[in-house]
Amino acid sequence: MKALYSSQSLPITDPKLLLAILFALFLGFIANFTASAQGPTPTDDEVNRIAKQLYCPVCESTPLDVCPTEACRQWRDLIRTMLSDGKSEAEIKQYFVEQYGARVLAEPPNRLVAYLVPAVAILLGALLLFRGFRMWMKPSITEAGAVKPDAKPSQDPYVARLEEELKKRK
Amino acid sequence: MIANFGFGVLFITFLVTVYSVFAAIYGDRRQIPAMVESARRAMLLTWPLLTLTAGVLIYLLVNNHYEVQFVYEVTSRSMPTYLKVTAWWGGQAGSLLFWSWLMSAFASLVTLRKWDRDREFLPWVIVVACVTMAFFIGMNVFFENPFAQLYQTTAGIEPHTFHPANSILFTPQDGRGLNPLLRHPGMIIHPPMLYLGFVSFVIPYAFAFAALITGRTDDRWIRLTRRWALWAWLFLSFGLVLGSRWAYDVLGWGGFWGWDPVEIAAFMPWLTGTAFLHSVMIQEKRGMLKHWNMLLVILTYDLVIFGTFLTRSGVLSSVHAFAQSAIGPLFFGFIGLTLITSVALIIYRWNSLKSETVMTSMLSREALFLLNNLLFMSILVVCFWGVIFPLISELFTGQKVTVGPPFYERATAPLFAALMLLMGIAPLSAWGHSTVKTLGRSIWKPTIGAVVITALLFVTYTHHIGALIGFFLIALVILVTIYEYLRGAYARQKGQGENIFTALWTLTGRNRRRYGGYIIHLSMMLMAIGIIGIESFQVETQGRIGVGESLKLSNYTVTYRELASWDDQPKGVNYTRAVVDIYRNGIYLGQLHPRRDYYYDSQQAMTIPGERATLRDDLYVLLIDWEPASTTGATFKIFVNPLINWLWLGSFIFLAGIIIAAWPEKEMERVAVPVRRTIQQTSAAD
Repeated sequence: MKALYSSQSLPITDPKLLLAILFALFLGFIANFTASAQGPTPTDDEVNRIAKQLYCPVCESTPLDVCPTEACRQWRDLIRTMLSDGKSEAEIKQYFVEQYGARVLAEPPNRLVAYLVPAVAILLGALLLFRGFRMWMKPSITEAGAVKPDAKPSQDPYVARLEEELKKRK
Repeated sequence: MIANFGFGVLFITFLVTVYSVFAAIYGDRRQIPAMVESARRAMLLTWPLLTLTAGVLIYLLVNNHYEVQFVYEVTSRSMPTYLKVTAWWGGQAGSLLFWSWLMSAFASLVTLRKWDRDREFLPWVIVVACVTMAFFIGMNVFFENPFAQLYQTTAGIEPHTFHPANSILFTPQDGRGLNPLLRHPGMIIHPPMLYLGFVSFVIPYAFAFAALITGRTDDRWIRLTRRWALWAWLFLSFGLVLGSRWAYDVLGWGGFWGWDPVEIAAFMPWLTGTAFLHSVMIQEKRGMLKHWNMLLVILTYDLVIFGTFLTRSGVLSSVHAFAQSAIGPLFFGFIGLTLITSVALIIYRWNSLKSETVMTSMLSREALFLLNNLLFMSILVVCFWGVIFPLISELFTGQKVTVGPPFYERATAPLFAALMLLMGIAPLSAWGHSTVKTLGRSIWKPTIGAVVITALLFVTYTHHIGALIGFFLIALVILVTIYEYLRGAYARQKGQGENIFTALWTLTGRNRRRYGGYIIHLSMMLMAIGIIGIESFQVETQGRIGVGESLKLSNYTVTYRELASWDDQPKGVNYTRAVVDIYRNGIYLGQLHPRRDYYYDSQQAMTIPGERATLRDDLYVLLIDWEPASTTGATFKIFVNPLINWLWLGSFIFLAGIIIAAWPEKEMERVAVPVRRTIQQTSAAD
């Protein structure tokens, strides 16, 4: 907390100083931008790495990196252009979401709901099963007619049983 | 005229199925055997009638009757005859008819058996089979008529079942042609296999329903249908494998499974079907889980209907598509109705379905089978939620979303891993009773073996943690299964004095379901090697190269040699084929020919990869693009898919396992009841 206050009270009260800082930042940004704009054309692999995570807005269930349609080819070119303009992966994805909606993403943006519902359902199922186990295993349920299993397996039950069964089937 | 005839026969079949339903119910309620017999004969009539309908449709398809809308949409003059025939299931209307036709064949097969011991089931099996058929045929008659013809009306060209006033029949010169993706051999066999699986799962449901209605809720229905269920499972599994192979060969994205709603639609009944095949054994051996088995078979039936509907309709893509589709709400209505009726019947018969025995140990075979069921149902929940989530999201928030592979992979991976672990433990546990001690005594050797194998893989192959966990589980399951198999053979060898090979052979022959099941487990593990391989280690690259230039990936070098493009006029296809040399670690391996086929009629292209398959990996080269004016430069996409061929190898062994397990075994029926008693008393492993 203390640190926060102290940082807020930095003595940048001089408007000239503030302007100088902003100008320097702007210059830095421009330099950075032009440097990346002049960089080499992004490779197909770099484009595909992002295209893979996006879904074709036109064809159903087809990732953008493999979609053969002309529209998708143009979208891949757009990714290439944006990459060479220095846009980051997140920015490019954001651009596609803004243009075509959340369905271009491979997963729903609201992941919590998507994962929570099946997780809860599975846990409920597990709970039910566990309760079922406990209920079944109560000795009081053993009714007349129900066969009590051998509590103590014999020396080599497997071999004995196998032989016995095979003999029966002969 | 011929189309009208086809429609007429279809309509009569619809009436026959409806008659059969009512006659069966009436005959059963009023105890009039002649009425039930009449219903049975009516049902037997559906197959010849549907065969005639299908014959008419095939005649129209083969003879280029483009005035029929369906023929226009799925065929063209340039298609060879065999493709025109298989175009029958290349579109929605035709595939619905195909479904009904298969269903009628299976229903007829069932009713031709001897019914002496199960006479009371007959009317209700007829009811279920005929209601299902009536629904599908009704879909064809009222909504998706494959015989609708094109008419030139004042409003334009429209399809109509009957000749509208002030219109003339319109016959296009040529059809639009089948989607080239569907012309692949895999896609020609894949739908029939899937549909065979689908319709044969209707039979166990029909018997379950009959058992519920008649109150004969012992395991007779299970004994009568278990082989049906196994064959159904075989067809469905084979259909899924073929579909995966088709996707790998044709879709050109280097994978075999994209978690597409259509794939999941076929996968869901497989999940419940697999759970059913396991849990049904608990009922047979221990007389438990009767409610659950009923529920599983009902779920499987409804997922089959859901799957059929999803496969071709595509209506789940958006709320609007669903609302606009005539058949969407009907399908859901039918699923809802059958589900509610069946569940209501279970509740009605609740008391008579009570377990005969109790669970005695959390580690017993039945307890582990229950866990297996929980896991299969969990995967089903994930799949079902993933498929309907986009609809729910759009409905409640208005936002269209995609649920793609990352969701399914993340959510199902731990579940599949748990299933594998279970597959390693369960074969060693005993029916009725198992303790940590008895289990531990059998499992420690295979576990040490699996640890050693994993350590070796760590040193020599990979440091990928997820893959190593997977490989450990695979090794465990394989070793446990082999250990279990050998233990049985050894016991026989000692007891009967047989040599080890005869012992192995007799063991499998005497208990086909169990050892067939083990072979299935083994094959699943081989398939898992392939899946882990491609999921964990797949690498890819793409680049534009000139003639003589190379792309490098992993240890491979792919050098572009030449490109040729030519037309195949009779087929109406343009082929563009590249020739590339491939090297591994600098050693020349041969040439691959990735190509792009462009179909003029449907104006669609197909990317055929050049593949070099070994057990180590697959080199998969795609021709993405090329210079139209010259042949100097072309873009290739290359995948190296490690271990993927274990998937296909495993699937062959898988089929062998199911065939062994499902092979008719006369003895089983005879000894079925005494065996169960014995097992309950001795409580050893089976």
